[in-house]
Amino acid sequence: MSADVLLEVRDLIKHFPITRGIVFQRQVAAVHAVDGVSLAVHRGETLGLVGETGCGKSTTARTMVRLLDPTSGTIHYEGEDITHVKGRRLKQLRRELQIIFQDPYSSLNPRKTVGSIIADPLVIHGMLSGKSERKRRVQELMDLVGLNSEHYNRYPHEFSGGQRQRIGVARALALEPKLIVADEPVSALDVSIQAQILNLLRRLQSELGLTIVFIAHDLSVVRHMCDRVAVMYLGQVVELADSDTLYQHPRHPYTGALLSAVPVADVVAATTKQRQVLSGDVPSPVHPPPACRFHTRCWKAQPVCRETTPELEPKPGGSIAACHFPLTDEEAAERIPTVSAAGPVEPSA
Amino acid sequence: MSPLLEIEDLRVSFRTEDGVVGAVDGVSLSVDRDRTLGIVGESGSGKSVTGLTVMGLTRGRSTTISGSVRFDGRELTTASDAELRTVRGNDIAMIFQDPLSSLHPFYTVGRQLTEAVRAHRDVGQGEAHDRAVELMRLVGIPEPEQRMRAYPHEFSGGMRQRAMIAMALVNDPRLLIADEPTTALDVTVQAQILELIGELQKRLGMAVIIVTHDLGVVAEIADDVAVMYAGRIVEQAPKEGLFGAPRHPYTWGLLGSIPRLTAPRDEALVPIAGRPPSLIHPPSGCRFHPRCPYVRPHHTRIDPQLEPTGDPDHDVACLLPDPVRRALWAKLAAGATPQEARATEDEMMGPPTETETETQAGRP
Repeated sequence: MSADVLLEVRDLIKHFPITRGIVFQRQVAAVHAVDGVSLAVHRGETLGLVGETGCGKSTTARTMVRLLDPTSGTIHYEGEDITHVKGRRLKQLRRELQIIFQDPYSSLNPRKTVGSIIADPLVIHGMLSGKSERKRRVQELMDLVGLNSEHYNRYPHEFSGGQRQRIGVARALALEPKLIVADEPVSALDVSIQAQILNLLRRLQSELGLTIVFIAHDLSVVRHMCDRVAVMYLGQVVELADSDTLYQHPRHPYTGALLSAVPVADVVAATTKQRQVLSGDVPSPVHPPPACRFHTRCWKAQPVCRETTPELEPKPGGSIAACHFPLTDEEAAERIPTVSAAGPVEPSA
Repeated sequence: MSPLLEIEDLRVSFRTEDGVVGAVDGVSLSVDRDRTLGIVGESGSGKSVTGLTVMGLTRGRSTTISGSVRFDGRELTTASDAELRTVRGNDIAMIFQDPLSSLHPFYTVGRQLTEAVRAHRDVGQGEAHDRAVELMRLVGIPEPEQRMRAYPHEFSGGMRQRAMIAMALVNDPRLLIADEPTTALDVTVQAQILELIGELQKRLGMAVIIVTHDLGVVAEIADDVAVMYAGRIVEQAPKEGLFGAPRHPYTWGLLGSIPRLTAPRDEALVPIAGRPPSLIHPPSGCRFHPRCPYVRPHHTRIDPQLEPTGDPDHDVACLLPDPVRRALWAKLAAGATPQEARATEDEMMGPPTETETETQAGRP
């Protein structure tokens, strides 16, 4: 394992059982939420996980930080196998692996003051036992995330959505973690507030040297935030590349379709790009399609796609994709909104 | 010919325990046949209330509505509830953000659609059923005959929204109001629904109002755009004008806050400082002044009106002189920060004058 890998998962599988019966429960099927994901998170980078609802991006990230137990597969953190650690060691790990949730309304206890919400991790882990010391640390954290530290004694309902998300960030930072999972941190926020939180995360990352696993369904946000991006479909990674490569030369037809579907606030690009509308919905993760899972919606599908599972392997252009018939440069170019020629349309005089 | 829908100086306020909320405060706009109007704004800008009021859905004991909403020459604000019922669902239809809560979980989708048909047309069960199947086919629901017997929970999000659109189209409405129709959906499904709305609009010759917070959606589907802030329209223009030469600092702020696939990747986001104001005590003068980087002292006292900018059909409510606005946008579009652009403004307009620096009007 190379030295700069902070966390690595191999062949990660997470199935949620579907049971019948009340007393004698028997498993009748399973939701294949994550089905064989191998990913490495490098120290100091932001790794993006994108995909549609139900593609397993949140489950993957939560399993990575041991909030969920994997069905099988291994998780290595700084070279140590943490797949099955328990008790004290797990609690120690929690200090280093933190998470920011999507909904700043339901992830903060309404009956606690902001001060005690942010101090909670410190209390749980028995750090900074002195009361004044702890308060100083909390106020320092509030300053760090751009909250007025005098609002220490206020309750969550007194804050707006954006400010609440800042509280969530401060809480995640309290223990000085090495890795933060940001699970759709801006999806619930207004556009003008989103940018504030995204800028905050970027600033914190460069100031504190954090490693971030960033989950979002918004491809433009992911591109803005992430160094590398993994595209997921039905519990599997279908393409992995650094941001520039992925957004300029997508190789997997699914990535191409996702990119072409993003509405862009640019009239020229909106009218010139070829929007590829995927027909139908994501198939059920209870009975995922055989072989290549995307074949039911793929316009390039051939009989082989229904028979042989494509391996995740390097493709021309630098990305790693799982596809028998990757997009050519021309096909990719048609699907991505082009960078509009320098600057704006000159205002007419 | 007068436009299909004409809203003039619409004001809607709600009495609440905390005070009177002026949700919509003097909105005027019009939509023509075969056109799509996008209303963009953040939460609390009054964009949804505007749409709901057209449908007569904000009426109530604690609501005060003034101004006029004319649909095809007919005044809707003063129409009786019975009259409104004949307009709703017949001439004007609406679809909402969350299709799951708009459908009854207890009845099959088919039954709900058939019921909608029979509510408006004097037809028998069989005929209504056929019409429902036809509508489901029209909105692209596969195997409509079988899907009629399915319950809403058996539909995916995209299919539910299609079912809602089918229900809205029961009587071939002339105006469709779509309130955040794709916000709860994934991008690929969003693309399907936007495509469907665009296609249906062409085919049925409807006028469409799309209410959304997403400038991208507007760029894809709308012909004209109205940007709302704190209960008012701050800028209104054809799509090309709005994205090509936006004039209002709030519009610039919105455009600067979204990461764009078409921009260089490391481009910094420029958020709008602060947050939307309370509508119980809106800011004095220009409502955007507390968040505006280009504010001048007198902007806190004078209330800007929507005025023509000189570009065709392009109106803006901003107190900065137009040449200054043009210069500012040129700077911003070339990558300047608001602070740098502000320097240009000060250069062009000189330091704030005597009359400008008078006492700042009190903010509540």
